[in-house]
Amino acid sequence: MQLNGSQIFVEVLCEQGVDTLFGYPGGAVLNLYDELYKNADRITHVLTAHEQGAAHAADGYARATGRTGVVLATSGPGATNLVTGIATAYMDSVPMVAFTGNVPTSSIGKDGFQEAYIEGITVPITKHNFTVRRVEDLADTMRAAFRIAQSGRKGPVLVDIPKDVTAAVCEFTPKQPEPIRTVTTYNEEQVHWAADLINAAQRPLVYFGGGVRSAASCQPLRDLLHKAEIPATYTLMAAGVVPYGDPMNLGMLGMHGCYTSNRAVAECDVLIAVGTRFSDRVALNPKTFAKNATIIQIDIDASELGKNVDVDLSIVGDAAYVLNAMLPQIKPAKHPDWMTMIQSWQAQDYHPVSDPTRLMPHQVIGEVCNQCGPDAVYVTDVGQHQMWAAQYLRHTKSRGFITSGGLGTMGFGYGAAIGAQMALGRQQRVVMFTGDASFHMNLNEACTAVSYELPIITVIFNNSVLGMVRQWQTSFYGKRYSQTDPHRKTDFVKLADGFGLKGYRCTNLPEFQEAFADALQQKGPTWIECIIDKDEKVLPMIPGGGDINDIIME
Amino acid sequence: MESDQRRVISLLVDNQSGVLARVSSLFCRRGFNIDSLTVSATNDPAVSRITVTITSDEKALQQLVLQTERLEVTRQVFVLDSEKALERELLLLKVESDVHNRTELREIACIYKAKIIDLSPDSMVFELIGRPDKLDAFLKMFEGYNILEQCRTGVTALERGGMHQHIQKPPQEVRSVQLPPPGAIRA
Repeated sequence: MQLNGSQIFVEVLCEQGVDTLFGYPGGAVLNLYDELYKNADRITHVLTAHEQGAAHAADGYARATGRTGVVLATSGPGATNLVTGIATAYMDSVPMVAFTGNVPTSSIGKDGFQEAYIEGITVPITKHNFTVRRVEDLADTMRAAFRIAQSGRKGPVLVDIPKDVTAAVCEFTPKQPEPIRTVTTYNEEQVHWAADLINAAQRPLVYFGGGVRSAASCQPLRDLLHKAEIPATYTLMAAGVVPYGDPMNLGMLGMHGCYTSNRAVAECDVLIAVGTRFSDRVALNPKTFAKNATIIQIDIDASELGKNVDVDLSIVGDAAYVLNAMLPQIKPAKHPDWMTMIQSWQAQDYHPVSDPTRLMPHQVIGEVCNQCGPDAVYVTDVGQHQMWAAQYLRHTKSRGFITSGGLGTMGFGYGAAIGAQMALGRQQRVVMFTGDASFHMNLNEACTAVSYELPIITVIFNNSVLGMVRQWQTSFYGKRYSQTDPHRKTDFVKLADGFGLKGYRCTNLPEFQEAFADALQQKGPTWIECIIDKDEKVLPMIPGGGDINDIIME
Repeated sequence: MESDQRRVISLLVDNQSGVLARVSSLFCRRGFNIDSLTVSATNDPAVSRITVTITSDEKALQQLVLQTERLEVTRQVFVLDSEKALERELLLLKVESDVHNRTELREIACIYKAKIIDLSPDSMVFELIGRPDKLDAFLKMFEGYNILEQCRTGVTALERGGMHQHIQKPPQEVRSVQLPPPGAIRA
């Protein structure tokens, strides 16, 4: 059938199973938006306040579900506003397809109104990107974009569509979406060696990351831990893959990971790294990281093997396939001496002491867990609150903690929470943790949550400073607080009122308990400002380049 | 760690606009220091060959190969075996010359089998094709002369014989993944 570019755009989205997209209209995408208007019953378009919010929403949608997030923006500033969101998704391997409009093909390169060379801008932050120059190429390019975004190691793809392509007409043939591709093959001999190493280990440790978030790899990982009594530690990206309270779960690893995890890495004799890339927030010193261990690394992306830390055995493959192949070769085992050592370290783990005279982050987070139960999905911005949430939340599900790990994007949270809430439905409880500084970056998206009646509860840790940077200045810069104490006078309760949502302010735990209970009853979004001490620190901490011997516990 | 060695890498990539930009952007971003880079057509109109020379240790080389393989436009990457590599480079060299030194310059050209492709009253242009070290040696002969302009194409290379050792992309098979409907996720 003969369709124009905009009709093809909508048809291919539907073909790919897209039911929700996030975006912001503009001149170059008017034709696309006209078609979306006519197809509002097939595709829900969520209008954000800013394209960055839309990109983070598509990202949050993808992280919450495992499906590909879709974002649409106009040319020029619309496209450039997506950049931070695309880079955030790229660093955390989140499947996303970003569509941008552009000036007509005849004007490309002539610096027309709202023209930006977004293909060139996004080359280093996408898996791949395209400019569609002929309407005949549109459908297959879009299909390729979805295939690339969700194949192998996932990531964002950008498709730039000039305005004339959205109007031009050509023959369109519907196609079934291609199956998602992953690396199903692995080297059987290497898997066998890995199993031998694990079976012979006295002090084995698993260290897993974002690569095992998918449901398919969670279970074989848990099975491995229990079959051979292997304790496990995780990166920020994998919170919840092994649930809170599991005896094999040692807690988070790295700069703000717990003492036991970092100590176990230093002492283990075999380290099994699954779906993780030894980033500098985890392998703080690549020379001394797990220096007593034989390191086995399993990753879908061959270029990650041995990139940051030299490994002894590397296996390329999808963690789900490799772990399932390895499991039958793993002998049931007990490591009582090793577990005793670990328990003795656990006694030294940092636990904050509650102070009845003030509100403390761990109390707030604990209370949120108490009131929400295990089903809630948590989203964070970036900074101290993010680390507190990672440390104190009782993570129970693999897609229940949505946070910007690799890029560390302040202002990520609200957009991502909108995306998660849209993906999971309004019955799903979504709680976002933020700090006053992160929140100031993108709180404009509150208007979106109000418009769509999304019951997102935002917990704002207000220490009135840029907490994480200030903590570094306290510890390493002689308390010279350069530009971290802005003396802002923002009244979050009044601001909430201005947006048309309900705001609360708490200075102690009972006030917070009451406010949160009330927030749970609201239909629309709410936010709760929690006044905390500006000297509250994230502990423990291992400074960059250090190891377990440099850990700061107080 | 192994010491730095000079290597020649051949990339077979899709022949489409922007490919060179993608490859060079990757090298720049990952901090790979390239000695030379050439792009040329192949016998398949859909494929271009990029020949890269780099001085690096084994680990940096592996990273370059693996990172380059990740690009969608990359079809195949292989490191040429230095024993079997046929490397060639083209040099154009314009040297100041007059009636007094023309003969000695011609003699150098003759020994190196360089062609004189232009002669004017005050300059000469040489063309020389060969391995990069031959070009280097030729250039060394001109240290006492006034070089006006010079350009080299960078290395282009093939391996002798039939097949060469390829580093293949990991084979990928298709599997269907059942995705839960939106709103029903309980991982």
